[in-house]
Amino acid sequence: MNFDFSDDQKLLKESVRKLLADKCDLGRVRKVLDGDEPFAKDVWDGLVEMGVTGTAIPEEYGGLGLGALELCVVAEELGRSAAPVPFSSSVYLATEALIVAGTEEQKHAWLPKLASGEVIGTFAMAEGFTAASPRTVEVALKGGKLNGTKIAVPDGDIADFAVVLANTGGSGDRALSLAIVDLKAGGVTIETVKTIDPTRSHANITFKDAPAELMGTEGEGWASTSAVFDSAAILMAFEQIGGAEASMWMARDYALERYAFGRLIGSYQAIKHKIADMYVKLELARSNCYFGAMMLNDGGAELPEAAAAARISATEAYRYAAQENIQVHGGIGYTWEADTQFYFRRSKLLALALGSALEWKDKLVTRLETRNAA
Amino acid sequence: MDFNDTKEEAEYRAKARAWLDQNAERKKSSKDALPSLGLEEALERARKWQATKAEGGFSCITWPKEYGGQGGSSIHNVVYSQEESNYLVPGGFYAIGLGMCVPTVLAWGTEEHKERYVAPAIHGDEIWCQLFSEPAGGSDVAGLRTKAEKDGDEWVINGQKVWTSGAHYCDYGIVVVRTDPNVPKHKGLTMFIIDMKSEGVEVRPIKQMSGESEFNEVFFTDVRVPDSNRLGNPGDGWKVALTTLMNERLAVGGGGGADWEELMALGRESELEQMAAMANGAVRERMADWYVQTQGLKYTRFRTLTALSKGETPGPESSISKVVSAAKMQDLGSFAMDLQGQAGIIRDRETSPQGAIFQNQWMGGAGYRIAGGTDEILRNIVAERVLGLPQDIRVDKTKPYNELPK
Repeated sequence: MNFDFSDDQKLLKESVRKLLADKCDLGRVRKVLDGDEPFAKDVWDGLVEMGVTGTAIPEEYGGLGLGALELCVVAEELGRSAAPVPFSSSVYLATEALIVAGTEEQKHAWLPKLASGEVIGTFAMAEGFTAASPRTVEVALKGGKLNGTKIAVPDGDIADFAVVLANTGGSGDRALSLAIVDLKAGGVTIETVKTIDPTRSHANITFKDAPAELMGTEGEGWASTSAVFDSAAILMAFEQIGGAEASMWMARDYALERYAFGRLIGSYQAIKHKIADMYVKLELARSNCYFGAMMLNDGGAELPEAAAAARISATEAYRYAAQENIQVHGGIGYTWEADTQFYFRRSKLLALALGSALEWKDKLVTRLETRNAA
Repeated sequence: MDFNDTKEEAEYRAKARAWLDQNAERKKSSKDALPSLGLEEALERARKWQATKAEGGFSCITWPKEYGGQGGSSIHNVVYSQEESNYLVPGGFYAIGLGMCVPTVLAWGTEEHKERYVAPAIHGDEIWCQLFSEPAGGSDVAGLRTKAEKDGDEWVINGQKVWTSGAHYCDYGIVVVRTDPNVPKHKGLTMFIIDMKSEGVEVRPIKQMSGESEFNEVFFTDVRVPDSNRLGNPGDGWKVALTTLMNERLAVGGGGGADWEELMALGRESELEQMAAMANGAVRERMADWYVQTQGLKYTRFRTLTALSKGETPGPESSISKVVSAAKMQDLGSFAMDLQGQAGIIRDRETSPQGAIFQNQWMGGAGYRIAGGTDEILRNIVAERVLGLPQDIRVDKTKPYNELPK
């Protein structure tokens, strides 16, 4: 039984943690919240310099050619520090989409630049206040031109290019295809949008005859999105447990310094049990994440169920820890000055980023029904 | 990352499997079970199997060789248990004795105790029970009232224990009693080995809410125990008991019973709102939650096993197991009854879906959430030992026991 990360992977985790502790404490996150910069460029540059943007990109495309496990440990540290960087958009989504669905030419064109940090990519999906699906996606790709509006695109105002889920007119699930669009080219209007978490920039993007290229095979956009989201769900789940753990320790530390009614609040069972529940949810999620990481790394048959289990449990662990961390702090935890808000905001942002737990739970049961029937 | 054995583990597994193939019948499916028997016959069957295991070198694998154990590691024990679970073998009667009581004797007993008691336990000749809980001391075991007074070379025990599994067929027990009421409660306790056939020991079965009787009350009336049966010094009883309880938390483990797969089978047969229950969003959501918990616990165990396999001390993550599985057991049972319509109230092995497993676990779950550490005590343990939060402010830590409100 060897169900743990290797010493090398743990070493990588430590060095990412150290880099982020140096460059990206919560004071740095606060600067992004209070200021105008869309992301922490210095932190991003530090990560790029370390090479982690190319972690899972094969060597032939300019990456380090390491496995998914290395990317998982990086993700956990990014989550712990609530880093305001476009890592998930560029690495879990755009990079992964190219690996899953891109043609050789597209891979050679984009992956080396993604690895080196020369470009930042993203994935554009949502169009309205509803879950995107073949029934709702209207942004159209026709004759190499893209038309329509995508909303709440993660890092849409930072990214150089986007992978866009677009309607190409087929029927049912085959209505959708993926397209690559250069966001710096003509026909693209980008407007930063207000969100619950200003430390991670989002934008509405309108395409008007924007030049775009079909990615992979026409009609396979929905299936490819599902595959990309399974990988991304596992990576993001590691970010979520990183954030959940940080929230839990923040609550614990406060419970060990705050007195009420003549006692440390951490000596009251109402507080102890709350933080114990954070731990229970966190460890359930961590174990599901480990299995997800293993499936992702090995391309295992249980990947779809493992991805959903990691996503559902990590979303729940982070939701509970971030929200109850504020409760443990009491009034001070609800002020602008308090650091509790960073994890609270981020927990909900990540909970919705790849579709909510409602969608994933239903998807999980569908997958289990399929497996059980087989 | 992989789930593979090390070379040494693989060899041990092969050895265990070869021995099991020779000595037991392999299950045809995971649901295969031995036929149920009356107490005497079931005891005899378990005794035989325990003796066979001891001869084969697969009983008490981690215990030291000098007392008849195998001197193996925890991972050997795990590997053997994994293999054994694929065979039709009796279980139950020896779990508490070999899992909790005799390890306490090994940790605290004198050479004479170990010489006398360990080997017969390993071979299944003598069965042990644990006598800690009392009507006035459940979670707060140290608040117990059963007392022992010194009389020459003997101690005289009076009082009552409760929730004692197997007391009616056990040969020996370990019993913790109050020997000094004039000091704070944790300091006035002492542990003894007790012969369950002693004069003045009376065992009465407890009828549980579920209708079954798995536990007993044990009454002590002027029961005389020689001082030589003492485990540890007078006043060390709490420390000795903690050794036992630590082993208990390892032993209590998973709840078993119906899980998401059984619920899915039920959901396929049931209707809700004129549709298949499996099409109902609430059913799907709850099922997903339980699947995720089950998987989370499974892979948490794998993390613990990984540490054992590497010869490291497992992290504290295994402490979440019972608090999650007990609530799941009860809630899942209750929810599955909801899927059975008005007839969900029927608890009948013959007619209720899946042999009334859901009704049984709804009811049994109420007990499981209390046994071996309540949900609340387990959360305290996580908060205090894992997260470093302080204990509650206690009024009973410094005051002599006999001055506490009772």
